[in-house]
Amino acid sequence: MNIYVLVKRTFDTEEKLVISGGKIQDDGAEFIINPYDEYAIEEAITVRDEHGGEVTVITIGGEEAEKQLRTALAMGADKAVLINTEDDLEEMDEFTTSYILAEYLKDKDADLILAGNVAIDGGSGQVGPRVADLLGINYVTTITSLKIDGTTATIVRDIEGDAEELETSLPLLVTAQQGLNEPRYPSLPGIMKAKKKPLEELELDDLDIEEDDVEAKTETIEIYLPPKKEAGRVLEGDISAQVSELVGLLRNEAKVI
Amino acid sequence: MSKKVLVLGETREGALRNVTFEAIAAAKKISGGGEVVGVLIGDSVADFGAELVNYGADRVITVEHPHLKSYTSDGYGQAFMAVIEQESPEGIVFGHTAVGKDLSPKIASKLQSGLISDVTNIEGEGDDAVFVRPIYSGKAFEKVKSKEGLSFITVRPNNIPPLAKEERSGDVSSLSVDITNLRTIIKDVVRKSAEGVDLSEAKVIVAGGRGVKSTEGFEPLQELANLLGGAVGASRGACDADYCDYSLQIGQTGKVVTPDLYIAAGISGAIQHLAGMSNSKVIVAINKDPEANIFKVADYGIVGDLFEVIPMLTEEFKKVM
Repeated sequence: MNIYVLVKRTFDTEEKLVISGGKIQDDGAEFIINPYDEYAIEEAITVRDEHGGEVTVITIGGEEAEKQLRTALAMGADKAVLINTEDDLEEMDEFTTSYILAEYLKDKDADLILAGNVAIDGGSGQVGPRVADLLGINYVTTITSLKIDGTTATIVRDIEGDAEELETSLPLLVTAQQGLNEPRYPSLPGIMKAKKKPLEELELDDLDIEEDDVEAKTETIEIYLPPKKEAGRVLEGDISAQVSELVGLLRNEAKVI
Repeated sequence: MSKKVLVLGETREGALRNVTFEAIAAAKKISGGGEVVGVLIGDSVADFGAELVNYGADRVITVEHPHLKSYTSDGYGQAFMAVIEQESPEGIVFGHTAVGKDLSPKIASKLQSGLISDVTNIEGEGDDAVFVRPIYSGKAFEKVKSKEGLSFITVRPNNIPPLAKEERSGDVSSLSVDITNLRTIIKDVVRKSAEGVDLSEAKVIVAGGRGVKSTEGFEPLQELANLLGGAVGASRGACDADYCDYSLQIGQTGKVVTPDLYIAAGISGAIQHLAGMSNSKVIVAINKDPEANIFKVADYGIVGDLFEVIPMLTEEFKKVM
């Protein structure tokens, strides 16, 4: 089976954000594989181990993203592709990203493409479905279970807390929701092997993409931090007095009940 | 310039969802005095048309077909694209819901359009509309605008106030669309969410963390949530410890929520959890540890044992409600 995983390098969830010059500063920040993409990688490896084939992880970004690709290879992916847009593109949006990924994937005859259901930085969750649409294949988002039998896929997906069971067929793109699996940590032999696995680097030229083709359709005009929330009141007295005071405050001061 | 804006209406358990009324209010702003057209898709949805009008839609188009009983991206995609073809809109608004999140990228891709997801506020109107959305799960915000053509957004539930419901008149018409080649067959939907209150739309959330200690430990939280017409949520700690389903998780992984009232019980307040809830309007923290991080974002705090405090709180609310 020919399996691809779309991966994004993101800020570690522990990071606090600092904005200067209108941009989020990344000096000294820790980066990770987007957590939802880790579920996608784990699932891809599991499917390959069961059905055979090859797992290729793809990312778009700069040179630094090589580290996250090596981590995916250490987990067990077979090949990695870095589409390096550093020199070509300043502004990208979901349109840009999905166009580039689809141009790369269009002649690869993928049976299964996996991605995270959302990236924890941009948070739009658009790229997976957009890529599927551009490739003309079906997609299922926020999956929590995947079983493949021949070309039939039986899937459970999370719809706002409820579980929808459905059936569809390959080729298919799915996006991973939490609960799909427990991503493995790279083993030491895995890390050693990853160093020798193929990592291909491409630029827009290699995909015959003109910069105009992928010009962003939306524009970010400002990035800012939310107003700092002031610590409120910790109530005092015995617990039952605190509880009745709290109910009074919620009804009369905060007016939310 | 005034615009024509389409709004996808959504129902849940036989009623229109609040987020649909919020989407109409958003569409009004984008339209800048133009026209707001509600769109209803399903096997039997025409009866909801009048209510969309009462909440501010100028008219409504319904697409009904037996194959549209359950949502599939293929079925709804064909139906909505047929409406777009007929109407040539300059704006589109969906709720940032399971359906909206799944369908909007497909429509945007077919239209080769931008799409601004998960909008929490709109500044300005018409062509000058600027959209505010959280990034890094609410650790920061960005202001975004469409560079050209269509303004296509999804709105996060509970953020944009709906217009007042009034008796209004507007045309409700049906569009006949042939729905074919569905590639997905829905077999079953297993209800897991309790009491039918969806976490992302809940006005009140009672959330538990590791301090809840067990699955049974969530029962007093559920009781309080039921009384307040809210939903139960959880921290990653509680989900990882298997006290509850991951679908309840609130945080940077998991759901980002903005209810009117968020009651955090036995939650320490890791930065990842705060990202998912700190934009709630009012936050109450209940925790044994007075040093817990959660008190730094709470409007009101009680230092105490949640198993003592929560049942007392339920009783106290019962007295006054």
